[in-house]
Amino acid sequence: MESVTSVTLAAGQASAPDTGDTAWLLAATALVLLMTPGLALFYGGMVRAKSVLNMLMMSLVSIALVTVVWLAAGYSLAFGDDAFGGLIGGLGHAGMRGLGPDSVQGTVPTLLFATFQLTFAIITAALISGAIADRAKFGAWLVFVPVWALLVYVPVTHWVWGPGGWIVDELGALDFAGGLPVEITSGASGLALCLVLGPRLGFKKDAMRPHNLPMVVLGAGLLWFGWFGFNAGSALGANGLAAAAFLNTLAAGCTGLLGWLFVEQRRDGHPTTLGAASGAVAGLVAITPACGTVSLLGALVVGLAAGVLCSYAVSWKFKLNYDDSLDVVGVHLVGGIVGTVLIGVFATAAMTGGAEGLLYGGGLAQLGRQLLAVAAVGLYAFAVTYGIGKLIDRTTGFRASEEQEHTGLDLTVHAETAYDHGVLGHGAPVTSSVLAQKVTPQP
Amino acid sequence: MKLITAIVKPYRLDEVKTALQELGVQGLTVTEASGYGRQRGHTEVYRGAEYQVDLVPKVRIEVVVEDADADPVIDAIVRAAQTGKIGDGKVWAVPVETVVRVRTGERGPDAL
Repeated sequence: MESVTSVTLAAGQASAPDTGDTAWLLAATALVLLMTPGLALFYGGMVRAKSVLNMLMMSLVSIALVTVVWLAAGYSLAFGDDAFGGLIGGLGHAGMRGLGPDSVQGTVPTLLFATFQLTFAIITAALISGAIADRAKFGAWLVFVPVWALLVYVPVTHWVWGPGGWIVDELGALDFAGGLPVEITSGASGLALCLVLGPRLGFKKDAMRPHNLPMVVLGAGLLWFGWFGFNAGSALGANGLAAAAFLNTLAAGCTGLLGWLFVEQRRDGHPTTLGAASGAVAGLVAITPACGTVSLLGALVVGLAAGVLCSYAVSWKFKLNYDDSLDVVGVHLVGGIVGTVLIGVFATAAMTGGAEGLLYGGGLAQLGRQLLAVAAVGLYAFAVTYGIGKLIDRTTGFRASEEQEHTGLDLTVHAETAYDHGVLGHGAPVTSSVLAQKVTPQP
Repeated sequence: MKLITAIVKPYRLDEVKTALQELGVQGLTVTEASGYGRQRGHTEVYRGAEYQVDLVPKVRIEVVVEDADADPVIDAIVRAAQTGKIGDGKVWAVPVETVVRVRTGERGPDAL
């Protein structure tokens, strides 16, 4: 845990990086980056066929937008030396200034550490898109993502993992791989944004069935695969802690899957494919903060609790009337809270190097710290995202036109359709001038 | 001549085809269709949200035959498509004024 909690920038430090640690983190970084295209498929399969490409695009552009913002200022503000009371880092490394191949962070190159962290920022932004599926103005999303990354993701990440950040370094709450900056932040932001945009046309009236469940399962598989880089990579080294986090990640995904299916069988009478994929993701979400802090028993319980709770949480939107279309709130906010809070119960000194949860004799202190951190991050992310969303909505508008939404964003925004069902009437490419001349009848 | 249209369960299509071939019916047209009768639809559940799906997948079989063949063909379709359960479908026949074979221009029963 030490390697994560007391991150310090060590630009220009003389010591050479550890080759084993560096090799693992290089691989882990690539694994985490793969999660975002995986998420695109996971989400894409869940929307209707008329807007699947738009859903994929929201994730793909997040990769590009967040990368640019992160390199320009995000990394420095998140992981630079604390500039203001544990709330935000300085701009000393803006534009990656002062960092080169020789810079070392802990036992790995600083540039690698910064890239690893970048992949987290990317998927967190992409996660939010699920809450506003099928109805967001694409241009507004292009504005929202960089602004949101700087104003929400970056500060929260500094609080949690930045040097001198108030949540981990001052308060003493634990978050191994991102329950707070990734899961709770994306979930609370998703809730704010779906309130700003309002429900899809036909919400609660029309059938909005997932159009491609095999695509959802493929996406869930890629997410799970990448999650090993996310969680075990957060040990920032090729070591026993990484191995324990890896096993906890597998275990919680499995109990999450089983928990969700158990509820479905009891409640609806059928275990569903979407339920299995969702349950695995819910378990993985919940174990994210806890994978490097809890015992194996803890991991099994965390995953199961998330699978069961999230399978109920996804139906709150119908009762409370917010159209969190793909359940970012029900899975990421609720699952993130479950995992972050249960650290206060299942944290074990063997993993944390000190802090212990209620079950292992640590009393209620750690539980209190976890709850405080959850509340602070959840409220901050919700409030600031709501503000950004409202500002964009008032100025350029955040919602696609009714006609675009009705026809589908794929055709109206991207001039594409995902599937060629052999529709009659598709002509020659009109952009080919030679061909166009031949087929265009002269008046 | 008569146009016989049958809406049946998709999995009975092979039996219907075989039965019509045995009767010597020369050709037929099959389209995928959806609809509902007394069977109504079915429900699907996604993440706990239940959806009522009103339209059930069916196949529509169309065949044009001479007047005298209409009843045996209808009987054959009904026998082959029948499962005795709700949702087995419908068969109906309507008169046809003329039929032309496009390749040769033959008209009437010769074109069948």
